[in-house]
Amino acid sequence: MKEQPNLNYINSLSGGDKSFKIKLISIIKKEFKIEKNIYYNNIKSEKLKLCSENVHKIKHKISILGLEKSYEIAAQYENNLREGNSALQNKFSDILNNVTNYLNKL
Amino acid sequence: MNCIIIDDEATSRTIIGELCSSYKNLNVVEVFSNAIEAIKYLNQNKTDLIFLDIHMPDFNGFDFIRTLKDPPFIILTTSDAEFAIQAFEYDCIVDYIVKPIKPERFKKSIQKVEVKLNEKVTATTTEKEKLQTVDDFYVNINKRLIKIDIQSIYLVEAKGDYIYLKTDNKNYTVHSTLKKIEEKLPDHMFLKIHRSYIININKIIDIEDNSVLIEKDIVPVSRSNRPELMKRLNLL
Repeated sequence: MKEQPNLNYINSLSGGDKSFKIKLISIIKKEFKIEKNIYYNNIKSEKLKLCSENVHKIKHKISILGLEKSYEIAAQYENNLREGNSALQNKFSDILNNVTNYLNKL
Repeated sequence: MNCIIIDDEATSRTIIGELCSSYKNLNVVEVFSNAIEAIKYLNQNKTDLIFLDIHMPDFNGFDFIRTLKDPPFIILTTSDAEFAIQAFEYDCIVDYIVKPIKPERFKKSIQKVEVKLNEKVTATTTEKEKLQTVDDFYVNINKRLIKIDIQSIYLVEAKGDYIYLKTDNKNYTVHSTLKKIEEKLPDHMFLKIHRSYIININKIIDIEDNSVLIEKDIVPVSRSNRPELMKRLNLL
């Protein structure tokens, strides 16, 4: 079963402050979209080192959304990319889609 | 405690800023998305603490630390635990927090910084106390260095670019400022009672209204300095 994102971390951080919660989600949405686009451009151009930098940033957002298993995959993928190996590309794309769908619903 | 945040991710900057806002004594003065801008800022400003992301393109956190001559306390923030060992090489690094930063973990980090800051303040005070246990200092008069016994000084008077130093045995005119000599004199023995006068409180003969008789000199006491003078006297 696919791991489901959640807002547990964001809720604990905001401590009931709705305006902060909205602000943070909006920043995550905006930044994630930009980072995801850069990543896909770099993967298309096979710039794997740059991709590893992109995955590193995206990885933080994956963990913010409580996706523990996906985070492990992203961390492994980041290391692999640094060594020129993009074998986990499809799995990572699934994670990106999962996050995108969730963020679009927020 | 003033702090700055350096992180290339807006999400991280927002989270750290929010965590800081829960602490009254933590004041985020600037936020930077890259280390170069932060270096420019630190060349002209001081800060007590930096929240520093290690993993930044072009110029990473460790590169940044190496550029600092007198680094403040630093809390490293990162998505990886792999740099933790490297962090131990730097005395200025107080803690290493893995993202996403949890409020409880952040609290521990701030407590560590507070302990370090207190240690630093104590060390500075001890250094000052050590300086103040010195019995004498030298003044340059006509290219001669003359030793002045601190206990023998009863009055220091500012006169333009010079200070007039009165001791039990002799008086000296020295090219210096009241502020400079004030730093050399022990706080427990000397007190500035007027913008132009510092006196040795052990040598006071009497006090009348707004003046002090010290040896044969009558010295004015300014209204703002009078309460401190009265506090220092052993009144019956």
